[in-house]
Parts: sequence; structure tokens; C-alpha cells
Amino acid sequence: MATTMAKALNTALADALAADDRVVVFGEDVGALGGVFRITDGLQARFGENRCFDTPLAEAGIVGFAVGMAMSGLRPVVEMQFDAFAYPAFEQIASHVAKLRNRTRGALSVPIVIRVPYAGGIGGVEHHCDSSEAYYAHTPGLKVVTPATVDDAYSLLREAIEDPDPVVFMEPKKLYFASAEASLPTRNEPFGRAVVRRPGRDATLVAYGPAVPVALEAAEAAREEGWDLEVVDVRTIVPFDDETITASVRRTGRCVVIQEAPGFAGVGAEIAARVQERCFHALHAPVLRVAGLDIPYPAPMLEHTHLPGVDRVLDAVARLQWDDQPDARWAAA
Amino acid sequence: MTTTPQAVRRASPRTRRTVTPPDPARSLLPDAEPVRLLAENGTPLPARSDYPEPPAEVLRELYRRMVLGRRFDTQATALTKQGRLAVYPSSRGQEACQVGAVLAVRDTDWVFPTYRESMALVARGIDPVEVLTLLRGDWHCGYDPTEVHTAPQCTPLATQCVHAAGLAHGEAYQGRDTVALAFIGDGATSEGDFHEGINFAAVFKAPVVYFVQNNKYAISVPLSRQTAAPSLAYKGVGYGVPSEQVDGNDPVAVLAVLTRAVAHARAGKGPFLVEAHTYRMEPHTNADDATRYRDGAEVDAWRDRDPVARLETYLRARGVLDDAAIAEIAEQAEAYAAELRTRMNEQPTVDPLSLFDHVYAEPTPQLIEQREQVRAELAAAHAEEGDA
Repeated sequence: MATTMAKALNTALADALAADDRVVVFGEDVGALGGVFRITDGLQARFGENRCFDTPLAEAGIVGFAVGMAMSGLRPVVEMQFDAFAYPAFEQIASHVAKLRNRTRGALSVPIVIRVPYAGGIGGVEHHCDSSEAYYAHTPGLKVVTPATVDDAYSLLREAIEDPDPVVFMEPKKLYFASAEASLPTRNEPFGRAVVRRPGRDATLVAYGPAVPVALEAAEAAREEGWDLEVVDVRTIVPFDDETITASVRRTGRCVVIQEAPGFAGVGAEIAARVQERCFHALHAPVLRVAGLDIPYPAPMLEHTHLPGVDRVLDAVARLQWDDQPDARWAAA
Repeated sequence: MTTTPQAVRRASPRTRRTVTPPDPARSLLPDAEPVRLLAENGTPLPARSDYPEPPAEVLRELYRRMVLGRRFDTQATALTKQGRLAVYPSSRGQEACQVGAVLAVRDTDWVFPTYRESMALVARGIDPVEVLTLLRGDWHCGYDPTEVHTAPQCTPLATQCVHAAGLAHGEAYQGRDTVALAFIGDGATSEGDFHEGINFAAVFKAPVVYFVQNNKYAISVPLSRQTAAPSLAYKGVGYGVPSEQVDGNDPVAVLAVLTRAVAHARAGKGPFLVEAHTYRMEPHTNADDATRYRDGAEVDAWRDRDPVARLETYLRARGVLDDAAIAEIAEQAEAYAAELRTRMNEQPTVDPLSLFDHVYAEPTPQLIEQREQVRAELAAAHAEEGDA
């Protein structure tokens, strides 16, 4: 049955609430309204105001409140309304959510899911389109998960809620209302497993979240240029699956990493470094990155210049040393 | 009905007052002066029906734990000077607050301490070596929070205020009558999380007591740079939270006010805010130099308000304590300090490989790789030592 990622996430929350009394869902506008993206639609009506409720408008408060509720034995799932609005909660996330297990030698765990609608491509005005995954991925103690497909959104969110560790669950906004065939409920590969979304022989495109459809589209377009590209969906940035990605690049010998976030010091840079460390002797070309520009997220009428699209991916693929010549891009340097 | 000339005059348009409903904020405000049941010299002040004096045996126990607490604090400072602790933030002078507050809650209640509450934690009965683990540096939190119902000592300021609200709400949601007691200092009331915490607690009617120890300084910055409010207790009214201020060097008053605040929270009436006026007799930590920002005369004035001496004088006069009892408690305190000294003088064992054990419930493949790397480094170093 065709459904959207938004509906799959909504179904995952409903199924988690039904399966486990300890699960509570809260945040800003998640009650009667059902969330600004309707991800919590109908949950309050079905499960009551104790299990799905609105809070004061304060993100540090929401996450800190979740820490306390988790300490009392509950499993809070909280919504940050938008990526950039989660920044006030960063201290709670970095200093408490991520560290409580370690600080207490495992005595105290806080299995919280922090849902963050993130990234752009929706024509949002400023502060509504940040790709903030690197901040969380750089914080030991957090798991960082981002689905790219409808059924994976369901599966990963269910797993996040059941996970004993805190999970920052990053939902690509521009994929919320994309529709696909999905039979729910479903359980896919567990955390820590990347998935080959499209097999190919000539080069590997590694992507996550909103960049996965871009990679798939680029791989399709590349056929016309005679390249057979493999696409790997990272799915869980933490824990990271070196094995699947390394195996793919060892097969293809070439790799482009794609992310929507600014490239500098980003998750893509980490992936490129890891691939290069592990696959040096299999590589026919340097590992390249295609990323957002190193700029604050642009105004809606300019966002298409920022977002890595199919053309930029194909340009990068073209630079993968097919003719064993120095990369023209660095020739002037 | 007859009308007297005075009544007519009162009802005349020029002088008639409109009947205003009672101000809902008034009941939330603290007393204009801090609650005080003992004078600074230890003599009792007139009894107050709203803050009944705790029973004599409770006051005796309060005194005993304050004496032990002070001895613990002195010992911890000495251990720091000997290099056994990396740092120690003393709470000397705040014994009435540290001990009074934890005596007001049950073992099943949850306490949310800051780094300055080491004394409160030992007064709560937590193993002093486990309390000092953080400051000795062999790990972070040394005790099991779930066993002693005490959160790890919080270093990021005020962040515990929202945890306390969430825990209290979660406990109530699960049908338990747990109260959360959140400690906070005067400086941290400027942090957003204090306001978010008290607001969340109020909105959800969570049973939390926010206990502000106003010890007048945030490291070096005086209270006048934290707030323009008449007192920190006035910060409750804006959130719909009742509050009180108390003489934080009057142990009887602290216990009485906290007892009422805890009862208020446990009765389902929501959070309560208490501000205790006290003084940090020592520098912020051993690494601080308080002479750079406050003068000795100010410290001396507070020395005269010593909470331990105040309670001792009172309990002697009431016949609850005599020389023998005081000597016996002093002996207990010495024995407690001696045992702590002995235990802290043992070098703790640390295991570098344990660094990877609790980052996640199960280590990630990357952590397993790094653990193997460290294991190999340790083995190589060990082999080198063997060769030497």
C-alpha cells in the first residue's frame, strides 16, 4: 500500500504507544494539533493526554523533562519542532542525555528518542532547514539515525524507541510527504547496518537521509553516461557501518560521499576519511565529497544553489580518475 | 435596614471603593523576612503555627549530622591539600541547608544535587568515598543513583531543575508519591534551565521542591549581579509557584520550612520554591582566592552566625544535648573522618579499558576497535616495563 514517510512515522509512534505503557510522546503542538508536520496526528485522541501531550515552549525544558521521566523508568519520545529550534536543548543533550550512562558506570540510562525534523528543500524561511546531524554524531553516547525510505522510517523509529540508549532521530522534512509502497508494520535491518539501495559496479555513492533519493536519481542518470553506480544508504550515522561501506568500495574502487549539510567538518568528511583509511589499496581515485555549501542555510529562492543535486553528483563521479589524469579542479592550486 | 450617616458617607461615590477579588499572586509570595525560629545566639524566637518546630529527637539527629557533615567537609578540604582530591567545593557554613534539606525528604524521594552538595549527600547516608569519586577523579559519579535515589552531582548549572520536574512528573504518572528535591545556588537562578524547570513543574503540578541556597556569591560575582528581584524567592510567583525564604543558618527554621514545602509537594499541590539565606565561608573551591572579591569583615560577620553553634546552644538550653552527648557526637565525627582518611589514602584502581564499557549499552564496532588499540598499547607498555 502506498503511504508517506509522515504516515509511517505516525504509525510507528502509535504502535510503540500501544506496545509499551512506558512510552510517552511530548513536545510543542504534538497534542491536539498533531504536530506541525502531523507526525503525532491522532495520538492524543487515541492514547489520552497523559501519553501524548503539549509542553511549555522550551526545548531545553522538553529534553531535560524527558531525562527526568526516563530516570523514573519511562521511555519518552520528544519532538523538536525544527532542526534549529533544537539548539536550546543542546546542553541537555550533550551534557546529560549523552553522558548519564557513562557518568554512572551504566547504573542510569536514559532511553530517550529526540525526533528532529531536519534539512531543507521545502522552501522554509531561515532557521527551519538546518542539517544538524554532525553536532549530534560528534557527541559520544548518542545514537544518530536518519531514514531515507518510508518503511525504514517506521522500522528505525520503532527500533529507536526500543533501544536502551538515547537516539537523535533525524527526519528529512522534504521526504515527509513522498509516497512509496510500504507494508507496515515492518522491521528492516537493525541499527548499525547500512543498506545497498542500488547495486552497481563502477563506483559507490554513500548517502544518508535527504541525500539518498538524490544519489539514486544520480545513479539512474549515470547509466546514460555509461557508469553503473552503487548507492549505499547509511541509515544509522551512529553506530556506523564501516563493514558494508568498505565492502562496497572495495568492489567498485571509487567512492563519492553525499550529504546536504555544509561539507566542512561534516559527517561526509568522516565517512570519506574512513573509506580512504580502509580501502586505500582498492581505490582508483580519491574519495570525493558532494555537500551543501559552507554557508548558513540560504533563503528559499536560493536554496537550489546550495542543495547538492544530481548534476553535482555526476560532476563528482566524472572526476573519479576514469582516465588517470590529474583532477582539473585542483590544477590551479 | 437602617442607614447610619457614616455608612452613607462610605458609600458615597467619591469615597466608595470597588470590591476587588483577592490577589491570586499574594498567596504565592514569601514572607517579607526570612523565616527564623532561632535567634543568631541560639535563643528561641516566638513559635510559629505555620512552621511548627520539628520534634526534639529529629533536631538532635539534625545536629549530629551537621557535626559529621562539617567534619566531612574539613576532611575533604584537607584531602585536597594533600592531593587526594582534584578539587573540592566546600559547603562550610551551609550545614543547616545541606543537612536540613535532606532530613526533610524520605529515602524513597529523589534528590538532585549540585557539585556543592557533597555534605548533603553524606548526610543522606551515601558512602562518602562514593560521593568523593567525582572529585578524586577515578570516575564521574561514584554512587548508583537508582539505589540511593540521588541524581549524579550536577556541574552544568541549573540543568537538574528540569530533570527534577520530569522525574517528579514521571513518578506521579506511575502512581508513586515521590517528591523531588532540587538543590540550586543563587548564581544558577540566572540560567534558563532554572526557569524552564520551575515552569514545567508548575504546569504539570509536579511534586518538586526547589531549594535555593543563596550563599551570596557565584564564584566571585555577588548576588546583585544575578538579580534585581527583592529576593530569589520572589521568582516563584511569576510561575504560579508558592515560595518562602528562610534564614539558611537557622537549622530549625530550614528543617521546618523544607518539611512544609515537601508536604505541599507530596499533597499534589505542585512545586514549592525555598530560598535560604546563607553564606559560603570558604572560597568557591580550593583553587579560588576569595580575598580578591570580598573582605574579611564580611566573612567574620557570618562566622558569628555559625549554624552548628546556633543549634548546639539551643539544644543545650532545651536539655536535648549535654556535654556528654556533644562529646560523643564529636567522637563519632572524628571516627568518621579517620575512616574516610584511611579509605581515601588508598590509591584507587582505574582500568583504562573500562572507558569503553558505558558509552552505550553495547559498544559500537568503532569502540571495540579502539578498546583493542588501547589494550595493545597497555600490553606493549607492560612488556616494556618487564624488559626494563
